[in-house]
Amino acid sequence: MFYREAGQYKTSYVADQAVFPIRQDRYGIAIILLVAFVAIPFLGSTFLLQAVMIPFLIYSLAAIGLNLLTGYTGLLSLGTGAFMGVGAYACYKLTSVFPEVNILVWIIASGFVAAAIGILFGLPSLRIKGFYLAIATLAAQFFLQWCFVRIPWLVNYNVSNAIEVPQRQLGEIILTGPNSTPLTRYMVVLVIVVVMTWLASNIVHGRIGRMWMAVRDQDIAAELMGIRLLPTKLLAFAVSSFYCGVAGAMLVFLWYGGAEADTFNINQSFFVLFMIIIGGLGSLLGAYFGAALIFGLPILLRYVPAELGLPLHSATVEHLSFLVVGVLIIFFLIVEPHGLARLWQIAKQKLRVWPFPY
Amino acid sequence: MDLLYKIFLDPFVQMGAAPDLLLQTLWEGLVGGVLYALIALGFVLIFKASGVFNFAQGIMVVFAGLTLVGLFGVISGLGNVNEHVAAFAALGLTVGVMFVLAVGIERLVLRPLVNQPDIILFMATFGLTYVLIGVGELIFGGEPKVMITGELFLPRGSTDWEVFGGFVSFQHIDLAAAIIASLMVAGLAVFFSKTRIGRALRAVADSHKAALSVGISLEQIWVIVWFASGLVALVTGIMWAARSDVSFALQIIALRALPVLILGGFTSIPGAIVGGLIIGVGEKLGEFYWGPLLGGGIESWLAYFIALVFLLFRPQGLFGEKIIERV
Amino acid sequence: MSAKRRPPGEVLLKVENISLSFGGVRALSDISFEIRRHEVFSIIGPNGAGKSSMLNCINGFYHPQGGSITYKGRTRRQMRPHEVASQGIARTFQNIALFRGMSTLDNIMTGRSLKMRAGLLAQAIRFGPALKEELEHREFCERIIDFLEIESIRKVPVGRLPYGLQKRVELGRALAAEPELLLLDEPMAGMNLEEKRDMCRFILDVNDEFGTTICMIEHDMGVVMDISDRVVVLDYGRKIGEGQPEEVRSNQAVIDAYLGVQH
Repeated sequence: MFYREAGQYKTSYVADQAVFPIRQDRYGIAIILLVAFVAIPFLGSTFLLQAVMIPFLIYSLAAIGLNLLTGYTGLLSLGTGAFMGVGAYACYKLTSVFPEVNILVWIIASGFVAAAIGILFGLPSLRIKGFYLAIATLAAQFFLQWCFVRIPWLVNYNVSNAIEVPQRQLGEIILTGPNSTPLTRYMVVLVIVVVMTWLASNIVHGRIGRMWMAVRDQDIAAELMGIRLLPTKLLAFAVSSFYCGVAGAMLVFLWYGGAEADTFNINQSFFVLFMIIIGGLGSLLGAYFGAALIFGLPILLRYVPAELGLPLHSATVEHLSFLVVGVLIIFFLIVEPHGLARLWQIAKQKLRVWPFPY
Repeated sequence: MDLLYKIFLDPFVQMGAAPDLLLQTLWEGLVGGVLYALIALGFVLIFKASGVFNFAQGIMVVFAGLTLVGLFGVISGLGNVNEHVAAFAALGLTVGVMFVLAVGIERLVLRPLVNQPDIILFMATFGLTYVLIGVGELIFGGEPKVMITGELFLPRGSTDWEVFGGFVSFQHIDLAAAIIASLMVAGLAVFFSKTRIGRALRAVADSHKAALSVGISLEQIWVIVWFASGLVALVTGIMWAARSDVSFALQIIALRALPVLILGGFTSIPGAIVGGLIIGVGEKLGEFYWGPLLGGGIESWLAYFIALVFLLFRPQGLFGEKIIERV
Repeated sequence: MSAKRRPPGEVLLKVENISLSFGGVRALSDISFEIRRHEVFSIIGPNGAGKSSMLNCINGFYHPQGGSITYKGRTRRQMRPHEVASQGIARTFQNIALFRGMSTLDNIMTGRSLKMRAGLLAQAIRFGPALKEELEHREFCERIIDFLEIESIRKVPVGRLPYGLQKRVELGRALAAEPELLLLDEPMAGMNLEEKRDMCRFILDVNDEFGTTICMIEHDMGVVMDISDRVVVLDYGRKIGEGQPEEVRSNQAVIDAYLGVQH
């Protein structure tokens, strides 16, 4: 009833090519942005900011990164955690060596380091594809993780063999380190994630996005149309790793405040992979849905039973969340293999024609 | 120069200087390889018959081992039971559990997902992995457990073989593992080539639709292969745990069977075995002779690199056929 | 209907002594022919004669072991897909090879990838030149959509379209590259009479209006004989006949191949 496109005529290709061609969608996005930028910072508790919103946004960004590679280009990667780690370690190294340069610059720059490493590990995609490539990305996961453990230079020879986030400021505002407030960090994360989502959306709606999807859907036909497979795939690896690298740097600098090699283990990779499976492969919106579900679920499991007077042991919660995540993955694959994003589309379609079935 | 020497010459000098040590390393590599091969075998069985890349094979190994130990605990807790009787009763029950698991997987996961793209089924086995981890930890707890080797009449101790002025030591359990693994592979080979079910299975592997159209029941075949690879997982679990413990850490180690698949090809049983042995030996040699140069711990990724380098030269794997792409 | 057809021009593509084998299997032996500009050229032959392999050699997917291919005056031992595409050869496939997850419009837009220049950064910001370029190409693609009469399905994912329409979209995708030589692999396979008639009309219109040279594989002899200027016949990887439709029709070797005479 309220969600209708009737009467909204497009008179130019610009209007028709827009990311949100329907007016109601544009209002929806405006409201969400308003909530994220105004309501949450003013009304949200420290807990909401620190334990929910910051990690949710960071994981959404990582999921977008993986989705560009796996969902859009069809290259399955099990090395997301390691690429996030590259971002984190690169950012730490850069800000240690050049402390006078603003940390925000280094967070973005660390994405480029991750992109370079991503290209390196994307090279096997020239000759192998599918599951074989997925296994090859495991090489990246284990090798990079080994580097994080074995190369003390990466952590400035700290005794703890871990990243200890230093205090960095933008003017008078403390951005990172133990003295930064969740509110500042939330705002920084939010701005970066929103901007990068917008950029990703533009990329996937343009020539490069179409080339990626062409490689995903029919690599041979794409090649015979003159799309060079290797550069296209490597570009996907680079952009994807860039996103993961920035997400990793933010994870450590704006959320954890410190990290060791094990932070970026294979479970981290799986975690992000689950987000895009449940959210929807090949959908940016899906990355947010998936992150919300996969990240939010353990939080719910931890706090809801306690609120209901059923205090669960923390180990039990952890085991339960494994079980529930597993069941959810299977459930969603059966109900809708294209994920929450597709369910959302179907719901919108139903709304559009409501009260009629078609 | 010094570095080149250390990489290209020194390790071989060491090998020559202490051949007994080299033999010992080779043997341990082979034994590790047998276990990789067994896990890879579980993957191959399922991939061949259903085209599903079963990521859960590693956790099935852990799950089978945990179930066996857990059931043994329950049965011997009943009171006056001979420990051997209890162990074999537990073994029998575990086989039953693996069968129920196979049926459950077919009913609840595979059947609703029939005709979906491969990647969806692959993802579903991820879900399965997490379910098994969750269930396993809820029931058996997260801490490592000792395998009931003695109770199952598996040998302990070792024999030393004097050679080259030193000696090489063979753990009896490793010998047993090698023998049992060979018997199992032989058994599977006979099963697949000589029986009616084996023939049906190969038909399904070639084409689901064609097999269906001649009246082969996919459901039945799938239960059988998942059960078979569940049994393989059980045997792997016992053998592996006999050398260390049953713990969830095994699951990550089991991932190292994946490079074996790259090497051997996803559909080749001989490939899984030869690949497993190559990776096992390569890993041990690399860790022992080259590892110290790099600060150790290179076992965690060496297998993947061996497989990757190999792939660059032979993308179809050791025993795969050259793929001719068509449009 | 061929009243205003352009006369065949100079040789556009010349295939000389091409031989191709897979392992021990000979797919093509010693094939030679030429295609002239503005011509509608057909390759026919029984199943397994090596027709699709021939197309695959022309656009560089298969690399023949012997012989050479001369395109626009440049002789090559092997063609390379990217080079071929940027030199103006486009094709359709026997078993439709559309990008199933994308809409009709996106499929056709992908066909123009090689013509677009904006880099990653410009596209990420999608402002100024990148947006302008995108819109220019959109307009071109809309003309193709118009031409093929598929306006109503431009936003539909192609995986959901019926077979005949998919074939049409695939033709559109090939046309988007503005090819000089269009390779069509069984454009009318599996179509009913009406769809075939539409497809014939499109092929001839493309040939007339844009002067595109067409090289087509087709099994429907009626269609081949009606619209082709010249025909080459393959059997068991060898060339057994060549010429204008009526010459081929009366060629004894061709009749034998189709009627199945003992070799």
